[in-house]
Amino acid sequence: MEQQYAVEMLHITKRFPGIIANDDITLQLKKGEIHALLGENGAGKSTLMSVLFGLYQPEEGEIRMNGQPVRIKDPNDANALGIGMVHQHFKLVECFTVLENIMLGVEPNKAGFLLKGEAREKITELSERYGLYVDLDALIEDITVGMQQRTEILKMLYRENDILIFDEPTAVLTPQEITELMQIMRNLAAEGKSILFISHKLNEIMEVADRCSVLRKGKYIGTVEVKDTTKEELSRMMVGRDVEFTVAKKDAEPGEVLLEVRDLYVKSRVHDSDAVRGVSFDVRRGEIVCIAGIDGNGQTELIYGLTGLEPVRGGSIIYEGTDVTHYSIRKRITSGWSHIPEDRHKHGLVLDYPLDYNMVLQRYFEPEFTKGGMLRKGNIRAYSDELIEKYDVRSGQGSATPARSMSGGNQQKAIVARELDRDSDLIIAVQPTRGLDVGAIENIHRQLVAQRDAGRAVLLVSLELEEVMSLSDRILVMYEGEIVGELDPKKTTVEELGLYMAGAKKNMGTALGEPDPDVSPDTTEGQEAGSNE
Amino acid sequence: MNNKRRSLVKNNAFQSIVASLICIVLGLVLGFIVLLIIKPSGAVGGITALLRSYFKYQDAKHVLELFTQTMVKAVPLIMCSLSILFCYKVGLFNIGAAGQYCIGIGIAIYAAIAWKLPWWLCMLMALAGGAILGCIVGLLKAYRNVNEVISGIMLNWMSLYVVNIMLKTVKQPNISETRNIPFNSRIPSLGLDKLLGNKYASIAIPLVIVIAVGIYILLEKTRFGYELKATGFNKHAAKYAGMAEKRNIIVTLAIGGALAGLGAAMFYLTNFQHWETEAATVPAMGFNGIAAAFLGGLNPIGCIFSSFFIQHITEGGAYIDNMTYAPQMSDLIFAIIIYLCSFVLFIKSVMNRSMAKNEKKRAALAGIDSVPGTGAALVADPPSDQDASADEPETPPLSEDGKGGDE
Ligand SMILES: Nc1ncnc2c1ncn2[C@@H]1O[C@H](COP(=O)(O)OP(=O)(O)OP(=O)(O)O)[C@@H](O)[C@H]1O
Ligand SMILES: [Mg+2]
Repeated sequence: MEQQYAVEMLHITKRFPGIIANDDITLQLKKGEIHALLGENGAGKSTLMSVLFGLYQPEEGEIRMNGQPVRIKDPNDANALGIGMVHQHFKLVECFTVLENIMLGVEPNKAGFLLKGEAREKITELSERYGLYVDLDALIEDITVGMQQRTEILKMLYRENDILIFDEPTAVLTPQEITELMQIMRNLAAEGKSILFISHKLNEIMEVADRCSVLRKGKYIGTVEVKDTTKEELSRMMVGRDVEFTVAKKDAEPGEVLLEVRDLYVKSRVHDSDAVRGVSFDVRRGEIVCIAGIDGNGQTELIYGLTGLEPVRGGSIIYEGTDVTHYSIRKRITSGWSHIPEDRHKHGLVLDYPLDYNMVLQRYFEPEFTKGGMLRKGNIRAYSDELIEKYDVRSGQGSATPARSMSGGNQQKAIVARELDRDSDLIIAVQPTRGLDVGAIENIHRQLVAQRDAGRAVLLVSLELEEVMSLSDRILVMYEGEIVGELDPKKTTVEELGLYMAGAKKNMGTALGEPDPDVSPDTTEGQEAGSNE
Repeated sequence: MNNKRRSLVKNNAFQSIVASLICIVLGLVLGFIVLLIIKPSGAVGGITALLRSYFKYQDAKHVLELFTQTMVKAVPLIMCSLSILFCYKVGLFNIGAAGQYCIGIGIAIYAAIAWKLPWWLCMLMALAGGAILGCIVGLLKAYRNVNEVISGIMLNWMSLYVVNIMLKTVKQPNISETRNIPFNSRIPSLGLDKLLGNKYASIAIPLVIVIAVGIYILLEKTRFGYELKATGFNKHAAKYAGMAEKRNIIVTLAIGGALAGLGAAMFYLTNFQHWETEAATVPAMGFNGIAAAFLGGLNPIGCIFSSFFIQHITEGGAYIDNMTYAPQMSDLIFAIIIYLCSFVLFIKSVMNRSMAKNEKKRAALAGIDSVPGTGAALVADPPSDQDASADEPETPPLSEDGKGGDE
């Protein structure tokens, strides 16, 4: 009998302390199909995929491949069965190069000597074929999250797996890259590979998937044919209510200038030259300013320089009229800065601390949480419980949950909760909704707008055009380390924004058609003549 | 009831203790095998002598004296293991504890004999010496990213030679050992010597317990400990949160050094032992501290017990029959046990894994509702095939209630 399913996961149950992450879930993956997995943060998607990849052993249920029951004890078994996985949080060796990471475990060798050249050739070929640009010789710790993601995808392609699991691969990719990835996935499926694809972005699912299974709070809700359904229906299945996709907000009422950045230079993490080259802009109270741009155009370094994670090479940062360029990070924090970092595992959380300790990461020394040098654990716990409640952070054991065991989206929600609840005047948010489900995104967007309306300044960095367009009051486009354009989201289109981001178009505050009071004079001094429109 | 028992088994402290005990037993078994191989007839006697140590004496007073002596010698070991543990919690491996301990010895003895300083001042100076040494390692690590293990080992050798040169000026005529510590430089005993029946018993014994508790509180309860551990777990996040991660690294190693240095003074200022100025290696104390720290489950209180145990069997080595076995035998067995101590963490993870497996088996068993016992559990592994035609989801054949509540 011809077997229709490449993989069947039948009645899988997986429990963790305090929670049933997968409660009798059945998932069937057809050969050559792209099967999307949808569900709220903490619904159990990653857990289910980890079971398939052999990282977790389920308490109940079985897995079949081509109709035959299989046992997948560890990722090596999975690999032998042709199952590959791109994890939500990458599993890369920080101090290895991209090339070494891709080769790791399947190194081509001759008598024990590595044949790096051979691997390089194959990877270069793959990366060209699929348009996954990576710098093979860069160290993982130096490259952007986007490039790390591409490394992970290449790693899987390099192993020639047949069953491909993508756990939120698009969360960190740029729109262009996402379009490309969609095409790659279609090609792979056409080549007969079966793909499991987790995403919170309904558009992507609608665009690329054949079928979609929905989980909610560990339970299986159902599987639908994508062509017979709508975004609204999917989100209803997922959250159990209707979700608003657009942010309701009134016009900004910008107040005084809070942050002035002047001619800032910051060294690149990848190469020797500067990644941020003479950037100047202002952020006022009561507005959301967004830095848009394709990943790797200096946004990360700009934020590092601003927040003090990296020293700046030149220029100045003025906050409330004071020069804070050389302030320590602590001093910036205590003068009212919040920072939702790009990399939640590297900077955002101490994964080995419980959730409540993470909730006071920048406030632990305040009298509320420390008295006479001793931690006031009761207060910390109470405060953390309050944040969990207020921001709907879900986990197995509440405040006592080790941060490491939380689902990716809930880790992000915890960070956002911590940063927004500090009532800071300046909120620097880098990809604040990365990896969040539609319901949570709706919530965080509302919170950010509320912060703005309360007279605070929000500096947003986002790769997501939709978010940029709907949330910001002013858009600054970064290209190759410079700000190449300032746009008004109400007067521009996604297409135009895309042109600026690709470097095909430039303006220095004049293209808005009318003199705009928000435009800082410094941004008008274009250094490079002759933009190539 | 069953749940309660399981939660105890999952308790971290409990696991540590069990893992440590397993290591000790394994070490003893291995040691026993070695004895068996060398000379089968004396093996049982040898291993019991090692374990019984001085308890073989009938005279209670004598036993007490030797018991106290073990405590006196355990003091510096506890201090070294605290030094290792403290740094380890902050993500640093203080292999330099050996050198810091060595410097502590040098300073304490020199200050006592050459300058006739009071005991507490000698102790403080030894503490400072260790701290400075630790500080150097910390500075190199924080500002030049020099691995603390490398610089620690280098400093170990330098310390040894410096101490030998320094203490040659206060050695006894004709032999290479240092002179006695003058009386007013010895750590006072405040009657402990009478109470514990050993003239070397001093307030160093209660002091070391106070310090261990202090370290525990520092790490677990204070804001400073919160910061240090955060730095150890994730230095990027610590930096992001505005903690001075460089300063934390330096301070940690300085404290580690201070503990080791102070430990040296707490031992040598009892005049229990002289320094051998021709010594060719740093005292093993600093290294044994690593074993003690791990055997103690990386818990300051655990270190007290593990150090005492290690000291106890070291003493016990002397009671192995020297006629049957070479005198180095005790060292060998001791080394085997120490070696196995470093497997504590490994054993803990194995325990956790096998527990997860058992649980799965139990769940499977409960579902199929068959006879208890491990034999049947193995049979339960291949999934039952009643649901072979599962094209669409149907109710699971396995009942869910087998496991009771959550663990
Ligand atoms: N190793 C673990 N130990 C304990 N609990 C865990 C572990 N892994 C996951 N969990 C819990 O299981 C639940 C499901 O987590 P999972 O990571 O599968 O969610 P998810 O659907 O992938 O969510 P997200 O969209 O946020 O990534 C969460 O509540 C999480 O706290
Ligand atoms: Mg996930």
